[in-house]
Amino acid sequence: MKVQEIVGIIKGTVVSGAENLENTVDMAFASDLMSDVLTVKTDNLLLLTGLVNIQAIRTAEMSDISCIVFVRNKKVTEEMIRIAKENKIIIIQSPYSMFKVSGILFSAGIKPVF
Amino acid sequence: MSTGKMHFEYQVEGGNFSAAGFPSSQVKKTLKQLNVDGNVIRRTVVALYEAEVNIVAHAYNGIISVDIDTEKITILLKDEGPGIADIKKAMEIGYSTATPEVREMGFGAGMGLSNMKTNADHLNITSEVGKGTIVEIINYFHQ
Ligand SMILES: Nc1ncnc2c1ncn2[C@@H]1O[C@H](COP(=O)(O)OP(=O)(O)OP(=O)(O)O)[C@@H](O)[C@H]1O
Ligand SMILES: [Mg+2]
Repeated sequence: MKVQEIVGIIKGTVVSGAENLENTVDMAFASDLMSDVLTVKTDNLLLLTGLVNIQAIRTAEMSDISCIVFVRNKKVTEEMIRIAKENKIIIIQSPYSMFKVSGILFSAGIKPVF
Repeated sequence: MSTGKMHFEYQVEGGNFSAAGFPSSQVKKTLKQLNVDGNVIRRTVVALYEAEVNIVAHAYNGIISVDIDTEKITILLKDEGPGIADIKKAMEIGYSTATPEVREMGFGAGMGLSNMKTNADHLNITSEVGKGTIVEIINYFHQ
């Protein structure tokens, strides 16, 4: 599924990587636990999280995660955006809860890792 | 891949979560420039990042030294900290002494050491209680 379409169905705001919305993602993982995210080896993964800090971006960087959705419109800092841009990571903010975004993406055909 | 040897060193400050990940990021960039296989890069930087975050989360300060030659990357992480009394137990998934502050940062599930083992070709941990911990990670570029 194109990231552009994902942005539409979760009422997303793109704060990094707007030039890469033609990219596609097929699988997603939802967690606030970065140690858990770091065990996932799936390519082209979307990370859905309510943990909004630099380490969420670093975790995505190390795990080759290309797209992060932060739920509940939490504030993304300039430093987070800088690191995301440097690594071509798309950041989307959604006003919805983790549960709601998960449900929407699942219904749209995005597959779970486990 | 280019030849020659490279050496890098980075300081790590205990408790400083906003700086954590910078050394791992630099190593990732270097390995990319050297055209190392993507899977090897991911394994290496995930193991390194876990070890780096462990210093930030559990120790006072540390030094990371990285050596790259044509066939492998050798990473040594030495910290001054409380050390690990029972390394075997610490390796168990779910064992963690992380503080609430560390958990708030998204860590402290007790999964890091076992994930390091999964992502390193060679992992060696030695520790002295009350002094510190030394972690060695070696990954080979050609499997
Ligand atoms: N460098 C270190 N210095 C002191 N203790 C450490 C160090 N690294 C690990 N430990 C000890 O080993 C335990 C397990 O480490 P591990 O990385 O597996 O889990 P964690 O760091 O607690 O959580 P996670 O890695 O899942 O975020 C830690 O909780 C801590 O008690
Ligand atoms: Mg850890």
